[in-house]
Amino acid sequence: MRLAVASGKGGTGKSMVAANLAFTLSWTEPVTLVDCDVEEPNLHLFFPATAMRTDVTVPVPVIDEAACDHCGKCEDACQYGALTVLQNRILFFSELCHSCGGCTLVCPRGAIHEQPKRIGTLAVSAPRHNLKLISGMLDTGNPHAVPVIKAAKERAATDPLVICDSAPGTSCPVVETLDGCDACILVTESTPFGLHDLQLAIDVADRLGVPAGIVINRSDGKDRKTLEFCTDHDLDVMMTIPFDREIAAIQSRGDLLCRQKPEWQKAFVALFVKCSTLAGVHR
Amino acid sequence: MKICITAQGATLDSPVEERFGRAPYFIIVESENGSFDAIQNPYADGGGGVGPKAAQILIAHDVKALISGLVGGNAREVLAAAGIAMYTYRAGGSVKDALDQFTKKTLVRS
Repeated sequence: MRLAVASGKGGTGKSMVAANLAFTLSWTEPVTLVDCDVEEPNLHLFFPATAMRTDVTVPVPVIDEAACDHCGKCEDACQYGALTVLQNRILFFSELCHSCGGCTLVCPRGAIHEQPKRIGTLAVSAPRHNLKLISGMLDTGNPHAVPVIKAAKERAATDPLVICDSAPGTSCPVVETLDGCDACILVTESTPFGLHDLQLAIDVADRLGVPAGIVINRSDGKDRKTLEFCTDHDLDVMMTIPFDREIAAIQSRGDLLCRQKPEWQKAFVALFVKCSTLAGVHR
Repeated sequence: MKICITAQGATLDSPVEERFGRAPYFIIVESENGSFDAIQNPYADGGGGVGPKAAQILIAHDVKALISGLVGGNAREVLAAAGIAMYTYRAGGSVKDALDQFTKKTLVRS
């Protein structure tokens, strides 16, 4: 089963939920935790361990200026404006390139070949028995998060139980993370901002056909507007975590709620059972 | 010589547009006789990669100098490679005002 943890608004507690869920489940079965927030991964802070690192690369075009006659067909083919053909020079803007391979295909002189360009790394570790952590890390300054997320998820392709911690927001990195998952946990907080962005996230999950359930974090004990919204939209609130200084303190020092207060493991097991139901998986 | 000024409208009285790649209009003036063409920028609402494309419009019109407010990194690279001189105008006035300053050589080369 593949579970995603997303939110909409940033800072609601996705990593907290993903880390504690993985920790709890790893007592009884093999779990793979994938950090898909490749622009700012943080799960390795909760699970420090030595990691095996590999490069993530994407193909980029290299133009043989000697063979090129500056016909401009590659510039026309590029949907992203990454190639500019001047009278006697080609300018290539690699941060605009989406590695589609179109330019290489259309060149009538065969003057373009592809070369791998490193954009990030994958760090794979085994911080606990039954827990595998895959952290995707985009290189600083590189704008293409999606291929790193793809690579991170690929590493977990044959693993039986995978939890993907998503980036905040609702754009390409989140879509890439949610795509292909059996269910999604949306972590929200009881604020107008939280609710607004939760609505956006629900829309994304819906469009992707990924069933979603809610976790309310930093609850004020009432969560009126959030609960109203969930009822109106037939969304199950699968778990509520209170706004509690001690929980925040545990989290802030990179510790796990479920380790410091083992009674919380029951709640996370129950969360997992609800996720399985959501995913239509019988456990 | 052809000079391009980024503009918010299609006439010489239009206010200068400070941005290059997403400027609504490119006013291309022939310095010899003062005649001009107002070109509507097809990339004004573009998502990304507009700088080099906008630069290609200037290259296609044989522009030798550009007067604008802010030219992005990618556009700058293309314009420099094409030998187009760049000048900064941020006084908030009209295309005509920018041209006057250019002629009087009071604009800073950027």
